[in-house]
Amino acid sequence: MKTYTNTGNKDTRSGFGAGLTELGKTNENVVALCADLIGSLKMDDFKANHPERFFQVGIAEANMIGLAAGMTIGGKIPFTGTFANFSTGRVYDQIRQSVAYSDKNVKICASHAGLTLGEDGATHQILEDIGLMKMLPGMTVINTCDYNQTKAATIAIAEHHGPVYLRFGRPKVANFTPENQTFEIGKAVQLTEGTDVTIVATGHLVWEALEASKTLHDKGISAEVINIHTIKPLDDKAILDSVAKTGCIVTAEEHNYLGGLGESVARVLAKHKPTPQEFVATEDTFGESGTPEQLMEKYGLNANAIIKAAETVLKRKY
Amino acid sequence: MPNTQQLQDLTTQVRRDILRMVHKVNSGHPGGSLGCTEFFVALYQNIMDRKDTFEMDGIGEDLFFLSNGHISPVFYSVLARSGYFPVDELNTFRLINSRLQGHPTTHEGLPGVRVASGSLGQGFSVALGAAETKKLNKDSHLVYSLHGDGELQEGQNWEGIMYAAANKVDNIISTIDLNGQQIDGATDDVLPMGSLKAKFEAFGWTVVTIEKGNDIEAILKGMAEAKSLTGKGKPVCVLLETVMGNGVDFMMHTHAWHGKAPNDEQLAIGLAQNAETLGDY
Ligand SMILES: Cc1ncc(C[n+]2csc(CCOP(=O)(O)OP(=O)(O)O)c2C)c(N)n1
Ligand SMILES: [Mg+2]
Repeated sequence: MKTYTNTGNKDTRSGFGAGLTELGKTNENVVALCADLIGSLKMDDFKANHPERFFQVGIAEANMIGLAAGMTIGGKIPFTGTFANFSTGRVYDQIRQSVAYSDKNVKICASHAGLTLGEDGATHQILEDIGLMKMLPGMTVINTCDYNQTKAATIAIAEHHGPVYLRFGRPKVANFTPENQTFEIGKAVQLTEGTDVTIVATGHLVWEALEASKTLHDKGISAEVINIHTIKPLDDKAILDSVAKTGCIVTAEEHNYLGGLGESVARVLAKHKPTPQEFVATEDTFGESGTPEQLMEKYGLNANAIIKAAETVLKRKY
Repeated sequence: MPNTQQLQDLTTQVRRDILRMVHKVNSGHPGGSLGCTEFFVALYQNIMDRKDTFEMDGIGEDLFFLSNGHISPVFYSVLARSGYFPVDELNTFRLINSRLQGHPTTHEGLPGVRVASGSLGQGFSVALGAAETKKLNKDSHLVYSLHGDGELQEGQNWEGIMYAAANKVDNIISTIDLNGQQIDGATDDVLPMGSLKAKFEAFGWTVVTIEKGNDIEAILKGMAEAKSLTGKGKPVCVLLETVMGNGVDFMMHTHAWHGKAPNDEQLAIGLAQNAETLGDY
């Protein structure tokens, strides 16, 4: 079984910051906007190096999205930065009308997604953002799994014309994908080969899926782990090819099962090849305060939960 | 009603609570909390007319809404020390399975909290709604609210502010914590807002300025004046000029402690500057 090494815990938001720094040097059309969260979004470096291309808008996210939409007219590529909740729910209609419907080349970059922002609690822990964003026609939705991948995705989305939602997080997590990888939007990454069960995971749950696959391996269960960094457009083929071999699937995400990756996968399967599926996701609930590890345990979003789901789905396979 | 000395004593105790709460979980927002300590103490101990039953039906008493929910430490400490829930529960701040969430919520049923806040800019609207209901109910009590100055950069505030004057919501006293700071720096550097007094007046509000926003007597005087101006057809705004981090010397006059907890050593220094007057939780 192929194994992966954690080269040291790093936060995905720092990967975003590093990607933005890189873009600052290589693409003069890239501009960045932030709503009073420069440090949290790791945009300090871009701001310091390119003050003329950096826009502090204050605590005014709706204005930020509108400004970004306007800046695309004439060729700029705006990257907006705030927490995931304030990047989506807070400004949904601004994104819908001024960005998505108007087909504006805005990159909505969202940190502190999901439960793992920890102690700030449910007001800040959005678990609905993937659903909100994937429902918008034309919106690309990406949820990266580690520092290296987030950096690569940040660089890649500048080259893609069209609105993008890039979702990442606050805590330091395993960094295990290759440095300086090329990031292909919409292309799933198969991490391990397996024959018994497919596990497709996104974001922070990808590392957990790899950890789970090791334990499953020891139990004699062969798991195929796929990193679905792009939820929309979804890599249908990668999913269908895998379940053709394994015949069952677990989806894992730091998001509500309503509206998340699992539902998108279920749609593909229902249409082409009905397959038993278990969902590792929050169950239509708000989050709460706590440490990231405590919350992922309580809400069933870690390697243990994936192992249980795999065992359950295997029993449903006929 | 407690005298000024008793309020002072409570103030230093609340500061200790704030510091100890955020230190224990190494997260939370001490700066804004410390700057608003005198205001909360005066509001809950003297200014508001509250039912002593702690019922949460919102009827027949003054109501308070915290719009800048990140300063939950001062809110929780003053609620507990005013009898809404056991002071010992402050120990559970930001822990898993606690009623004392990082930002105040009604979800866990903590007495004293009437609506969730934390996502900034929503409190004006909610407080105004409660004020409208008071009018419909012929309840002559007042609605109080508190908002950050950085928070006022959110557009929704101004929708509410415009609505209030247009609809003569004159049973509300909305206070702005004018500490001149927000996360990324001084409000004047991040997004200067010019004269808030002129803005509120242009929007049809009566404005009372409390220049010494960390002085109990000045707060009592200013809020009494604000109260006397209610019921006259205009909403009332209090511009409370505070010092962020007040009462802990190294936290004062800077945004650095907006959302950062002190380490062990810093906690000890902060506690030494604030006497334990009523017993730590
Ligand atoms: C809608 C929204 N955007 C951004 C944030 C993140 N945030 C929390 S507090 C804060 C600064 C608030 O400034 P101010 O109201 O002046 O409060 P102070 O720092 O003085 O306590 C920001 C940007 C938020 N909580 N809600
Ligand atoms: Mg402020």
